[in-house]
Amino acid sequence: MKKFTVAILVNNQFGVLNRVTSMFRRRQFNITSLTVSETESESFSRITVQSEGDEVKKEQLINQLYKLPDVCSIAELDNVDTVGRELLLIKMRNDPAVRGDIRSASTAYEGKVVDYTKESIIIQMVGDSRKIDNFINLMRDFEIMEICRTGLVTLQRGSTTIRRVTNL
Amino acid sequence: MKLSGSDIIVRTLIEQGTDVVFGYPGGQVINIYDSLYKYQDELKHILTAHEQGASHAADGYARATGKVGVCIATSGPGATNLVTGIATAYIDSVPMVAITGNVPNSTIGTDGFQEIDITGITLPITKHNYFVGSIDKLAPTIREAFHLAKSGRPGPVLVDVPKDVQTAMGDYEPQPSVAADLPAAAKEIRIQQAAATINAAKRPFVYFGGGLITSGAQEELLAVAEKIDAPIGCSMMGISAIPTDHPRFLGMQGMHGHYACSMAMHQADCIVALGCRFNDRVTGDRAKFAVGTKIVHIDIDGAELGKTVTLAHGLRGDVKKTLEKLLPLLEQKTHPQWQAAVARLREEERQGTDSREGMTPRNVIGLLNRYLNENTPVATDVGQHQMWAAQYLNLKKTRRFISSGGLGTMGFGMGAAMGASMGTGERVVLVTGDGSFGMNLNELATAVANRVPLVILLLNNGVLGMVRQWQTLFFDKHYSNTTLDARQTDFVKLAQAFGAQASRALTLEELEAALDQAFACDGPYLIDCAIDKDEFVLPMLPPGGSMDDIITRIGD
Repeated sequence: MKKFTVAILVNNQFGVLNRVTSMFRRRQFNITSLTVSETESESFSRITVQSEGDEVKKEQLINQLYKLPDVCSIAELDNVDTVGRELLLIKMRNDPAVRGDIRSASTAYEGKVVDYTKESIIIQMVGDSRKIDNFINLMRDFEIMEICRTGLVTLQRGSTTIRRVTNL
Repeated sequence: MKLSGSDIIVRTLIEQGTDVVFGYPGGQVINIYDSLYKYQDELKHILTAHEQGASHAADGYARATGKVGVCIATSGPGATNLVTGIATAYIDSVPMVAITGNVPNSTIGTDGFQEIDITGITLPITKHNYFVGSIDKLAPTIREAFHLAKSGRPGPVLVDVPKDVQTAMGDYEPQPSVAADLPAAAKEIRIQQAAATINAAKRPFVYFGGGLITSGAQEELLAVAEKIDAPIGCSMMGISAIPTDHPRFLGMQGMHGHYACSMAMHQADCIVALGCRFNDRVTGDRAKFAVGTKIVHIDIDGAELGKTVTLAHGLRGDVKKTLEKLLPLLEQKTHPQWQAAVARLREEERQGTDSREGMTPRNVIGLLNRYLNENTPVATDVGQHQMWAAQYLNLKKTRRFISSGGLGTMGFGMGAAMGASMGTGERVVLVTGDGSFGMNLNELATAVANRVPLVILLLNNGVLGMVRQWQTLFFDKHYSNTTLDARQTDFVKLAQAFGAQASRALTLEELEAALDQAFACDGPYLIDCAIDKDEFVLPMLPPGGSMDDIITRIGD
């Protein structure tokens, strides 16, 4: 199934995230990643959603979002015109036999060791989702103790901003 | 001026054009009721027997008038009792504002007595809802609620007001009633593309739902049908938009739709669909619905376009405004072959019409038709009687069929009928069944108390007929929990116990005599009308079936 990413500018009000996710739940949209963040304005929050489905499903998701009064603007983000990043923290077992392999893989991926103890290593990594996926896959050869990733944050390239996007 | 929160609520309702509210008092709305007492000359309050009745009454009022219906309930169970009514209004796009009280802000979140998270509960069944945390937001929020309820695709909006906000003092300045957003036509280019498709059609069909009534596009609909020489059909929600006996009108389409209508829509090569949403009761098996047919769908809600069926053209916009722009682009056509085919379908339908004598559903509704004037609203509950009403009623005027479509809410009728009567000032008819009536018959008390001119035609077959019909057809006649014989309810005595008039009709002659009395009565009158338990609603598209599976006769 095709993945797609949608950024949603919503009123920065109590309970808005609940309204958005409640709609996803009842219409059974499958959300693979969801990020909520503050924006350049106190009035708005930004929700970045990654979902999967065909074109009809995508249009339905966007159209249903537009019906929520707290949704101000929606931008559909494609890979070409969008910068998308995730932050990964991964905690690896610090096994003397493989710690060299772990560190060299991390270096190759421009990761950064942010915690190092006798038992464990935490690596921090920023990148697009695919890079993060690939790195995690690489680490599966070793003992992964814990993973936490943020989900996608995205901006459109160039001077376009979500506030100016409106297909209402 | 400085007013209490509860005064502000009532004054804002009056300012927004509300003339009647339906509700039930309780601990967390007692201040609002004090304000209702104070302003009783300007705003009428109808006390129902149960909050559900209030929500259905507000709904019926709105459906019959097009205005926003308003209901009020206290916190906790009062608020949850509104839920079915709000959901019913939501799925049928009925403008409604529901006001609930809640425990004071200081108690919110502590599981206080009769505290309930009603904004959480109604999240998926309202267009939007509000928890008004402070007095300064109160009047603006109620205004916004009215604006949302009636703008675009209408729907219910709930405003939850904690008690301390009702008792606080705040500034209030009256404002004019908020107008709905001006609806726009679809994009020009889309209209042009749609026109080309319609002009190329050989077997066009015009189909509409409740959105046509909301948009007020009846004239434009007829003009389009005339111009492209198309027959017209509707969903149940569209009934009464145009006169039942209009020569181009084939009636209702769908699971229990009129045969000629369903078949003609099936055979069409182009469906012009207006203000509707193609749900499963309309499409049956979606894979077999309108295969190869070009569908041009116009709706104000973009999310309805392509939601369940694949469209040739989806036009987001107000139906009336869009049709106004579409009309000049349509070529004047005649389709004699298509019209002949439609005439043959009508003839097939006529030959298949139930011509039995006696107390058949068709004869009962046929007799009722003679008593209706063009302004009489007819409400229904849900079940077989509802479908018989939809099939056989002869209605002349728009907004005169008041029925729960999308949610199929048994128990809708009593409240809705009273609301429709109070909104229009007309005598109203409720066609109901013994199952549905049993759900909210407590509202007889309300009808008596307010001397509502209400004719209750209770089609009493002693069974839950619609489910029984399915059990007969698809469950080997296992009549599980659908036979009500053991109840022994005497509906005539019951109505009389409430203070209403009532009589029983076992024959058409008795029914006629009863209707004579009922339509002369200045309050509620119940007619317990005996119907055989094995009457079927036909035709029937089996659930998930297609037009090839249509059942027109039992025993086929």
